[in-house]
Amino acid sequence: MARDDVKTGYKLIGTRPNRPDGLDKVTGRARYGADFSLPGMLWAAVVRSPHAHARIVKIDASKALALEGVKAVVTRADLPTGLTGEDLNLQDNTLAGDRALYDGHAVAAVAATSQLLAQDAARLIEVEYEVLPHVTDVDAAIAPDAPVIRPGVADYSVPEGMHGNVARYMEFGHGDVEAGFAAADVVREHTYRTEATHQGYIEPHAAVGQLGEDGRGEMWVCTQGHWYIRRMSAAVLGIEAANLRVTPSEIGGGFGGKTTIFMEPLTLALSKKAGGRPVKLVMSRSEVLRATGPTASASMDVKIGMKKDGTITAGQVYFRMQGGAFPGMSPIGEALPCAFACYDIPALKHEGIEIITNRPKAAAYRAPGSPMAAFAVESMIDELCRELNLDPIEVRLKNGAKNGSKSSYGPVYDVIGLQETLQAARAHPNYSIPLGPNQGRGVASGFWFNHGGETSVSLAIGEDGTATVSVGTPDIGGSRASIGLMVAEHLGIPYENVRVNVVETGALGVNEPTHGSRATFASGKAAIEAANQAIREMCRRAAAEWGIEPEAVEWRDGAAHPAGPNAGKHPPMTIGEIGAKMGSTGGPISGHHEVTAGGYGASFGTHVVDVEVDPETGRTTVLRYLVVQDAGTAIHPAYVEGQYQGGAAQGIGWALNEEYIYGPDGRLQNPVFLDYRIPVASDLPMIDTVIIEVPNPGHPYGVRGVGETGITPPLPAIASAIAGATGVRIRSLPCSPPKVLAAIKAAKG
Amino acid sequence: MSKIHVTATVNGDPVEFLADPRETLLDALRNHLDLTGTKEGCGTGDCGACSVTVDGTLVCSCLMLAAEANGKRVETIEGMAKEELHPLQRKFIEHAALQCGFCTPGILVAAKALLERNPDPTDTEIRYWLAGNLCRCTGYDKIVRAVQDAAAEMRQDHRGAA
Repeated sequence: MARDDVKTGYKLIGTRPNRPDGLDKVTGRARYGADFSLPGMLWAAVVRSPHAHARIVKIDASKALALEGVKAVVTRADLPTGLTGEDLNLQDNTLAGDRALYDGHAVAAVAATSQLLAQDAARLIEVEYEVLPHVTDVDAAIAPDAPVIRPGVADYSVPEGMHGNVARYMEFGHGDVEAGFAAADVVREHTYRTEATHQGYIEPHAAVGQLGEDGRGEMWVCTQGHWYIRRMSAAVLGIEAANLRVTPSEIGGGFGGKTTIFMEPLTLALSKKAGGRPVKLVMSRSEVLRATGPTASASMDVKIGMKKDGTITAGQVYFRMQGGAFPGMSPIGEALPCAFACYDIPALKHEGIEIITNRPKAAAYRAPGSPMAAFAVESMIDELCRELNLDPIEVRLKNGAKNGSKSSYGPVYDVIGLQETLQAARAHPNYSIPLGPNQGRGVASGFWFNHGGETSVSLAIGEDGTATVSVGTPDIGGSRASIGLMVAEHLGIPYENVRVNVVETGALGVNEPTHGSRATFASGKAAIEAANQAIREMCRRAAAEWGIEPEAVEWRDGAAHPAGPNAGKHPPMTIGEIGAKMGSTGGPISGHHEVTAGGYGASFGTHVVDVEVDPETGRTTVLRYLVVQDAGTAIHPAYVEGQYQGGAAQGIGWALNEEYIYGPDGRLQNPVFLDYRIPVASDLPMIDTVIIEVPNPGHPYGVRGVGETGITPPLPAIASAIAGATGVRIRSLPCSPPKVLAAIKAAKG
Repeated sequence: MSKIHVTATVNGDPVEFLADPRETLLDALRNHLDLTGTKEGCGTGDCGACSVTVDGTLVCSCLMLAAEANGKRVETIEGMAKEELHPLQRKFIEHAALQCGFCTPGILVAAKALLERNPDPTDTEIRYWLAGNLCRCTGYDKIVRAVQDAAAEMRQDHRGAA
């Protein structure tokens, strides 16, 4: 599937070398967020609201401050006033103002000479609450009797007459939906629900912060994006971003949840109050689950019309999503465009509302909004396929988006690989393995926009002809390796001769986080441009030595060559030779590139899953699992497979086990890994992968982001496989054993 | 609260430290001995990121008090490589069996304990042995393959040496 306009015939791209940070990560040497310490460092602990919604009447820290070794306490009164918009939301979430808005909302923080002492001191801070009415469920929050928890939260988009907990309204579409439904042979309409899940990174949030009375400080923090941490922390504390230097640690997973701040500014605020001593704050797992992430919960109405031959004539959705107690955090703006993004349908109508509840401020989670939307739409399409006895892959091939299709959300797709994923899934042996009793097969496709974003990269040639690349996108899953491969390929030097460093905020221009599946795409694209700049300079140096025009020099195989017979006969000048004498030929040689990267190329995938459902218990076992996804070009195929497999595993967890469970008191009932159960090794089979390569014309090597689409299809694919195994359709995730068993029993009557 | 004097052997080295009676072995390793390779993912024994062996038994170091390590022989990820990497460590890199790498130390320590007991495990035996070690990145596929490959190489080396 190679394309003429995208470079092929690579030496290094597509190989699987060891990642450069592998050795540190298998020996325990890699330093993650909680692994930093500094001389004179204090430890912090946070006091959190036990109530879902309460007015904070009084905070008395006198007993805590009386403890020997307690150095500082901060409350909201210590933070600047006058913030607006998202800055105010971030500040409100860092420390509650006059009201605690969810179970786990931070109310005060304390720094002391040891972690245990800080925890003791936190317990001595007395907070007087006046408990207020709360609501945590997405549908209950817009019932007529639901308490309006943040009056005035609605933005300009919300029509008159909607419930006071509605913060945002969206609507778009095309074509005549009613005519489309009239033309269909079958029209079905159902409501689907997904529960909130957590990103579930194994590394809890951790930071060491230091801030002097001059307002200058530093932070070491596990994050997907340290420029975001810098901007947000500076805004919350009223300091200038340039005075805060933020260094990212290695990161123990993020999946979107580490693109924003939660407690990080508290280390700085405490440090300043403690005379500038550095302060370390590490969240417990319960704090992570109660107060960071999670994703939205959703309640979604879907209506689709289909002809007997599988042609989809029209689709209509109305999504309700809650993203916690702060506006702007539900992914309604992504979920709606993702809903029908895999299809080319003549008439579509999308509507949705964002709802405020007494839950933590939601954060991005891998393809935000797309898994929920896929659960609703792909489940419905599977229901129609089963009703009309149609093959689900044939129906998707028939209605699926192609090169040049106008997408469901407006833009026209360039070169995309959805059809190729469907064809490969149909041809894969997993699609034709005979099924046994109580077994079923599910198919679903998934989509993610991908992202480019603000990117700044530097590259320096060493005296020995090696290259050092400085990037601003933390390496979560092998991006140093993939960027190193592209730069080595481009310079024509060995992979081992390129070192990729993730550098701090003082070393580069602003970089967006490692989010949106952008790191390998955007930092890689900028690194290639930086390499081009260095190549041009190396050709200029060679030209000067040879006494010819720089245009008469070309770069290949790691050396400058005369471009043709007219350039004269000169032996190639290698990067090592040029590097060795660069001091005397004009000085250091480097390249730099910064861009808001476009051309990122949409991502599509198709999954096939087989399950067996135990009719006695309702327990679902995943028998085999296939991920087929378009990578554009797989730079390091092992880490591409890893993204596919990891995304699928998270989606399987969302489909079968994971959910935020709130009690009637509005408290999270499962804030530990024992009760918030992510998939363990014995829950899963091997996850088969097929990498489709439809090169992205927007990248010199054809790269598409690969990180996010994989979490999307498992939700509907598993529910559809369960339907195949049992004859019952679960329209509310998770498909937990009690729920499946109850549905089986209800169907039997 | 008075502290407890603890002496132990960690990765073959004699160590001593003063532990608060409430401190876990994990806290002591990380905060008193600067052995930060052992990670805390949950503090409740559910994730296995803090896996170490104590007198040869695989434990979650977050569930053991530091004072209980007195007189014991503790092995952590930092002691796994000798002059060369342990085959498991090498195979984890070669198979891309880590993405973020945070769970990796605990999984390596646990997998080593498995192969010492069972040099030729089935995939299912590996999956159940490692069921107490959460990984959120990989979906476990490449981890199971890396453990199998390391086990095969170790069996080969063992036969070669015999």
